Amino acid sequence: MPEIKVTPLGAGQDVGRSCILVSIGGKNIMLDCGMHMGYNDDRRFPDFSYITQNGRLTEFLDCVIISHFHLDHCGALPYMSEMVGYDGPIYMTHPTKAICPILLEDFRKITVDKKGETNFFTSQMIKDCMKKVVPLNLHQTVQVDDELEIKAYYAGHVLGAAMVQIKVGSESVVYTGDYNMTPDRHLGAAWIDKCRPDILISESTYATTIRDSKRCRERDFLKKVHETVERGGKVLIPVFALGRAQELCILLETFWERMNLKAPIYFSTGLTEKANHYYKLFITWTNQKIRKTFVQRNMFEFKHIKAFDRSYADNPGPMVVFATPGMLHAGQSLQIFKKWAGNEKNMVIMPGYCVQGTVGHKLLSGQKKLEMEGRTTLEVKLQVEYMSFSAHADAKGIMQLIRMAEPRNVMLVHGEAKKMEFLKDKIEQEFTGISCFMPANGETTTIPTNPSVPVDISLNLLKREAAFGGPLPDPKKPRTMHGTLIMKDSSLRLVSPEQALKELDLNEHQLRFTCRVQLQDPYSDTDTLSRVYNHLKSVLKGYTVQHLPDGTVMVESIVLKVSSSAEDPNTKVVLLSWSYQDEDLGSFLSSLLRKGLPP
Amino acid sequence: SSAEGNTPGCHPTLPCNVLKFKSTTIMLDCGLDTTSVLHFLPLPLVHSPRLSKLPGWISKDGAVSLEKELKECAGRVFVDSLPEFCPPERELLDLSTIDVILISNYHCMMALPYITEHTGFTGTVYATEPTLQIGRLLMEELVNFMERVPKAQSATCWKNKEIQRLLPGPVKEAVEVWTWRRCYSMQEVNSALSKVQLVGYSQKVELFGAVQVTPLSSGYSLGSSNWIIQSHYEKVSYVSGSSLLTTHPQPMDQSSLKNSDVLILTGLTQIPTANPDGMLGEFCSNLAMTIRAGGNVLVPCYSSGVIYDLLECLYQFIDSANLGSTPFYFISPVANSSLEFSQIFAEWLCQNKQSKVYLPEPPFPHAELIQTNKLKHYPGIHGDFSNEFRQPCVVFTGHPSLRFGDVVHFMELWGKSSLNTVIFTEPDFSYLDALAPYQPLAMKCVYCPIDTRLNFHQVAKLLKEVQPLHVVCPEQYTQPPPTQSHRSDLMLELQPPPMPYRRCSVLGLPFRRRYERIQLLPELAKSLVPSEIKPGISVATVSAVLHTKDNKHVLQPPPKPAPVPPSKKRKRVVEEPPELVTPKPLLSGAVPLEPFLALLHKHGITEVKVEDTPDGHILHLQAEDTLIQLEEDGTHIVCDSNEPLRATLRDLVLRFLQKL
Repeated sequence: MPEIKVTPLGAGQDVGRSCILVSIGGKNIMLDCGMHMGYNDDRRFPDFSYITQNGRLTEFLDCVIISHFHLDHCGALPYMSEMVGYDGPIYMTHPTKAICPILLEDFRKITVDKKGETNFFTSQMIKDCMKKVVPLNLHQTVQVDDELEIKAYYAGHVLGAAMVQIKVGSESVVYTGDYNMTPDRHLGAAWIDKCRPDILISESTYATTIRDSKRCRERDFLKKVHETVERGGKVLIPVFALGRAQELCILLETFWERMNLKAPIYFSTGLTEKANHYYKLFITWTNQKIRKTFVQRNMFEFKHIKAFDRSYADNPGPMVVFATPGMLHAGQSLQIFKKWAGNEKNMVIMPGYCVQGTVGHKLLSGQKKLEMEGRTTLEVKLQVEYMSFSAHADAKGIMQLIRMAEPRNVMLVHGEAKKMEFLKDKIEQEFTGISCFMPANGETTTIPTNPSVPVDISLNLLKREAAFGGPLPDPKKPRTMHGTLIMKDSSLRLVSPEQALKELDLNEHQLRFTCRVQLQDPYSDTDTLSRVYNHLKSVLKGYTVQHLPDGTVMVESIVLKVSSSAEDPNTKVVLLSWSYQDEDLGSFLSSLLRKGLPP
Repeated sequence: SSAEGNTPGCHPTLPCNVLKFKSTTIMLDCGLDTTSVLHFLPLPLVHSPRLSKLPGWISKDGAVSLEKELKECAGRVFVDSLPEFCPPERELLDLSTIDVILISNYHCMMALPYITEHTGFTGTVYATEPTLQIGRLLMEELVNFMERVPKAQSATCWKNKEIQRLLPGPVKEAVEVWTWRRCYSMQEVNSALSKVQLVGYSQKVELFGAVQVTPLSSGYSLGSSNWIIQSHYEKVSYVSGSSLLTTHPQPMDQSSLKNSDVLILTGLTQIPTANPDGMLGEFCSNLAMTIRAGGNVLVPCYSSGVIYDLLECLYQFIDSANLGSTPFYFISPVANSSLEFSQIFAEWLCQNKQSKVYLPEPPFPHAELIQTNKLKHYPGIHGDFSNEFRQPCVVFTGHPSLRFGDVVHFMELWGKSSLNTVIFTEPDFSYLDALAPYQPLAMKCVYCPIDTRLNFHQVAKLLKEVQPLHVVCPEQYTQPPPTQSHRSDLMLELQPPPMPYRRCSVLGLPFRRRYERIQLLPELAKSLVPSEIKPGISVATVSAVLHTKDNKHVLQPPPKPAPVPPSKKRKRVVEEPPELVTPKPLLSGAVPLEPFLALLHKHGITEVKVEDTPDGHILHLQAEDTLIQLEEDGTHIVCDSNEPLRATLRDLVLRFLQKL
């Protein structure tokens, strides 16, 4: 029985280090290769020893696909390809290919240069890893080899985020990566066609949330920023350099313009301008509105938002600062946070999800005293606001995608176990016949597939059948067609039996039966024939029964003749002759006539 | 069961063909023949005393006078009316029956509004995103050129056959002038383009479940594509406007064209004798020479395409040629959009340009030319341009026919001075015809046509590589050009020879479909019992129910007969006739005498008298009063009143035979 096997190495009942292994039709695919923000030890990367204990991964994997540039989806890529060893193709979209190495380099710098870790991947490894990348265009069918094909769909999570369909023969898997079903200020909504995969592997970050309308959240966000700035406070918004940051910049930029506000807005790190440049060059990946107006006004050229310098953090007066990274686990955002945390006039707005173990997560769970490195504690007096701006599908969105793709099974990853449980029940309730899985890391889910068998049918046979069926065949009276399946090498051809004989150079063997049935029927031969005709006509409803002028009766292709017995004119002999092809009817007729004619 | 092509368009580089394949009607491209505008007088943007003073035309004997409609200039006659185009033939087929239109590049979609609007067309148009966006710009520009110079007069008398016959020169030879049409409106453009569905290279698009179409990179322009039209068994490649040269677009995908049954070849270079690289060199040197001498350079061009390459070439050339202070102007209502759009289609560009966006930098260097103020672009000659205009300068502007657009103004302005030069780079129009209404002209004219599309040498190489079974092409490609009839290298020479087509011709494509894909449901597949009939060949009889939906065929197991209600069962068991039309399989093989006799014996039939006949044997089963005739190709059982015996004999015979 053919089957698909799915094993998460990361993101199984967890958010972070997404890495899912899929075996389908004899092919092995790795979906994403992320790192975990909450760990600094081995658990940071997926456990590749699951694939093989010794040596390189190349011979065990047919391809690697990266869904988008966030580090929890691509952060382990250079480690996997250069340190564990993988030389096969790595697929990602153009924007991901452009941005991913920058974030990896950033990550490397923080880890190695700032924290002084050794045994980590180097800049050169990032470069070598990126050389293995094959860019992927939306909706393009990429033939990885003769059997394995992949196709990317728009996911709307960040610039260049993609969902991917993996197909071998008639078996298929869809992996969503992270996605968003509602268009936002800079990206469009995820979309997929009714591709009916055997399994849909979906993220479930917001499995239990049905988020209120985006407009409300935006208004709320602007109000909070505005109030803080008005009372002279500073607003820190930890973000990742690309993604939500651009959306919030567009939001603040238009608000500042409309309200004619003067407080400075800064964006940390040199990445910003570069980041915005990527958005300009990949404008085809943004939403409809931005694409339509980009010639007149490029939304990513900001007037009010300036580059941040470290020294500005100590400037008096109100300001808004976007700083990286988004979970306050390291870098500039954490430094600024430390400076501002003691003042209750200030505010930090967390616009996205925070992984367990990060400062961001601790803040959001309400901790007021944070233990920092070097055994110091930091007292948190500033206001902490959480606002879900991260572009993940909520429960409603996940259900919507299931409706779009019509999968046979659903697997939830990239979420918390408890929340998944809830969504799993909901999915199985709402979609009868769909099984939902939520494996933990290292746990393999096996899904039997039931592929139909593609066969080449001769056009003659097909047309003959179609002609019988008419334009609208009656579904209650299906017609059975007969053909011969010829199996030679790997080809399967269905032809008419006559054609099969001819092609295989076989003789036809005619098997015939002849039967004489005696009847006591005191009439003339012609009258008896008529009586036979009437009897058969009344019994054989739906059959063609003909009384022919040459003194015979024909039932379909079986001929009946009547003659008198030489000895007794009242004894009639009905002669029936039929071929094996009409055996059922011939046998029936002979038995029927043996019982005599009705009076 | 075969495919058929027909041809509403006539221009080999602006194709418009229709392919009927598996009951799907597919229009291949929608090119607009604009050479008709050459018969018209130019549309000046500002009043031109010269043009308005041209004498009206009167026949030599004075009998026919069309002074208002026709003007004479330097011995030629021009129609004084809004220029008209020659759209694809519309009588040949009912446009409402077209299911889809496949567009290969933005130059080949300019007739779209004539096909999709007011014709009952309800189909879908497929094009790549750059093709749609740049095609829209080119249409917008065309409409803008026409609409900003309203002309009250509409000349029609000259089209009268009797009158046209009397006219001199090229106008007399113009064909099908009655079908010529005015330019469409922006509203029609928007409506036509709303029917476009975007596709990416190598995207498989299913049409009605019957046919799959896939665009492939053709290397000619941004988003330009060749198309594969295929079923599971037949493959037609449509190769239109392809280039093997390394310019800005993604290279041509050749390997996917392999294994084609039919390859339709159109859009070859119009100037097979000119080498694009050489032309580019000549373009630069003529430009520099004119500027150094204090003259101006006019480059009539389309707003997208080769201009990107010209600007890139100049970017490298400007400093070395000491042209750093010369202003370069690009004037078009869509100049800005065209330059901006060119920078956002990285996915559709050659590797070299693609990798630039990873830095991130704009893929085309004209961004830098604009930033450093070396290149300036304006929507038209009025407004800002008139204030900033400095001479000597280089102006890129349209339309390359010299009949409308800002180029008309510059021809009038610079035509009288021999210091100035007009350099023709677009190959679509004969430069002599284009210049005719401006004669006499003092300005220098240089002809550097740059056409990067395939030449005959490259085609031969390509076809050798992809090996299609049959090639179909416009008849122009099957003979040398009329002016160079000795050049047998300027035609397609193939074995088997290509099948030529001409405007309005209908062509049967040379393949017969013999198979169709069908799916056996897993339950059915599992129930099959294969038997090996020859070494390596097995057969299985299949009895199944055919289901066809959206042109997809599926075979299901036949339904199990409904159980007869038990109460009626006994009474009606015999009267119930067998299910209608359930024929048994065909049989093959022979029944050998001795083993058959042994088998009979085993079943208690021992009294058998065997009689030899010329073709076999007759077996008398004496106790049972039954005959069995055994022959090589047949067995005949004559058994009168013993039905159980007949059934036993049947089954024994069947043991020796194969079922098909």
